[in-house]
Amino acid sequence: MSAGAISPRFETPPNAALLEVRGVAKSFAAVQVLKNISLQMASGEFLTLLGESGSGKTTLLRLIAGFEQPTSGEIWMSNERLDTLPPYRRRVNTVFQNYALFPHLNVRENVAYGLRVKSTPKAEIAGRVEEALRMVKMAQFADVRPATLSGGQQQRIALSRALINRPQLLLLDEPLSALDANLRKQMQSELKALQREIGIAFLFVTHDQDEAMALSDRIALLRNGALEQIASPREIYARPATAYTAEFIGQTNLLRGEINNGVARCGSLQWRTAEAPGAAVFSLRPEAIRIANASLQLPDAVRFRGIIRQQIYSGASELLEIDCGSNQTLRVRIPASGPLSGEHDFVFSAADAVPVFESPSAHGSRTTAHEPR
Amino acid sequence: MYSRAYKAVIAAPPLLWVCLFLLLPYALMFAHSFWLVRDGFLVHQWNLQNYRALFTNPLYFQVFLRTARIAASVTLCSLLLGYPLAYYLSFHAGPRKELLYQLVIVPLWVSYLVRGYAWKTILGSDGVLNGFLQYLHITHGPVSFFLYSPFAVVLMLTHIYTPFVFLPIYAALEHIRRPLVEASQDLGADRRATFLRVILPLSIPGLLAGATFAFVLSLGDFLAPLLVGGPSATMIANIVQSLFGAAYDWPLGAAISVCILLITVSLLFTTERLEKRWSFK
Repeated sequence: MSAGAISPRFETPPNAALLEVRGVAKSFAAVQVLKNISLQMASGEFLTLLGESGSGKTTLLRLIAGFEQPTSGEIWMSNERLDTLPPYRRRVNTVFQNYALFPHLNVRENVAYGLRVKSTPKAEIAGRVEEALRMVKMAQFADVRPATLSGGQQQRIALSRALINRPQLLLLDEPLSALDANLRKQMQSELKALQREIGIAFLFVTHDQDEAMALSDRIALLRNGALEQIASPREIYARPATAYTAEFIGQTNLLRGEINNGVARCGSLQWRTAEAPGAAVFSLRPEAIRIANASLQLPDAVRFRGIIRQQIYSGASELLEIDCGSNQTLRVRIPASGPLSGEHDFVFSAADAVPVFESPSAHGSRTTAHEPR
Repeated sequence: MYSRAYKAVIAAPPLLWVCLFLLLPYALMFAHSFWLVRDGFLVHQWNLQNYRALFTNPLYFQVFLRTARIAASVTLCSLLLGYPLAYYLSFHAGPRKELLYQLVIVPLWVSYLVRGYAWKTILGSDGVLNGFLQYLHITHGPVSFFLYSPFAVVLMLTHIYTPFVFLPIYAALEHIRRPLVEASQDLGADRRATFLRVILPLSIPGLLAGATFAFVLSLGDFLAPLLVGGPSATMIANIVQSLFGAAYDWPLGAAISVCILLITVSLLFTTERLEKRWSFK
């Protein structure tokens, strides 16, 4: 989760983008899968395309790899038009969802494939294959066939088969989705370490928001073929632009209400705000709400009473569902503190209630993407 | 679990069928090949005379060689037709795939004999092909070598067995996971390299199965030489047929049949091993 802090250079749009997607749309027959997508990627950046299934994230990846052609728009890489080139001419390599290792070739031949088709000298191939296999700690498996390897091992081979070609950009299509939870966590950290080490830009597709948060320099959230928001993990979590983003990334309470005379009123809660008057929706993260006590001093504190309806324990923390009157239920995440019940005083800082944009329906969703600040 | 009685009842009919119509005829054929005919009568006297005749009389070897040559030509021609067809259908036919597939299969429902006579009509001296060539003034009289030649046999058998070659190749190509093709292109291989390095190797089991079909079926064919082959295209099965018929030498016919059976079985065995070697999960 520290990626954003460690790589602040991606907070500003780079002058010479490695990859630039300009107004790309894609339709299959009558179905519009991507609607006017524009985004930029810097070299060395780890960008994640996040979204539900059917959001168009894999289609965007396939457009960049060259397996599909955009219906309109352009894709550029290093000041060169990319979308008119066939896949085998693009300096882009892909790690496929189910690895797509060649079953008739052993591990060494799989990894060497890209170099062989480019007629690289044999001596050079041998050395680079060795190096690429060592990089993913698979050197001892060079002579076995992929079918005999576990999912995690096949994953590593797929990675080294792509990276041996020294692409400027590596595309990863849900590469970890077939792995079980533990292995997945381990591969996540290895993937991140590898990416930092070799400095190649990664464009990573996933539907798992935790994975996106853990790995990315920036996250591009897609919804029904449109870009909902693109920002660093910290930014997108702390300042979600839309209600959809706020709910998709982490958990949140959406408070619906009105702003009048500089006061926001959502059900039984109210606080002073500088936002423009009118109907408004605020996102308030569960962990921003605390149980009030005398020693706790918050700026612009908003206090309210609530009855604990449910308590869900999850190890380090617990989630409370509290009823704070007028049909309003809020979720509150507190550090694990033993069984609680009855009525309590709660408090949150008005600054943590982030005004968000709410698009009425999925299909009418406006693109609220903005350049990262 | 099923009871033993139930299993026995279920297994009996196929077992009986196999014994009566497969093992018994084979045993009879095998036995006949070691008997002989004397003064027009079958004599049940064990001897190796038939096999000796097979290997000493050059006629049989020549006919067998011709048969193998024709079968190999048919195999090659139907592979050259069937593979590209299967490749096109599997990878590039798009929504027309189903229709084209049915069109390839349809000839299989037409009687073999009908197709044989059709070729006779097409290739004959006053046939469709000669008429057409003369109409275009490409030839000025009927060309006789179209019909009653090994060429005609190869043509007819290729026409008949191409769907048999097409089917297993098509199945093998359909089996290739499409991300493998994309992965190949992604790694820098153009269409040609992708075909040679990924698609072709992964379709070898289908190719072997198709080639085996064409070769083995052609090897034992006797109708095509009979209908369109003429004396210059006599195949081994025609010899067998005449030995069992007019020539009335069942033992020699049986000996030839045993040889063909052995060749066929060892061929099937070999290709099956090869197919296994080239099958990958």
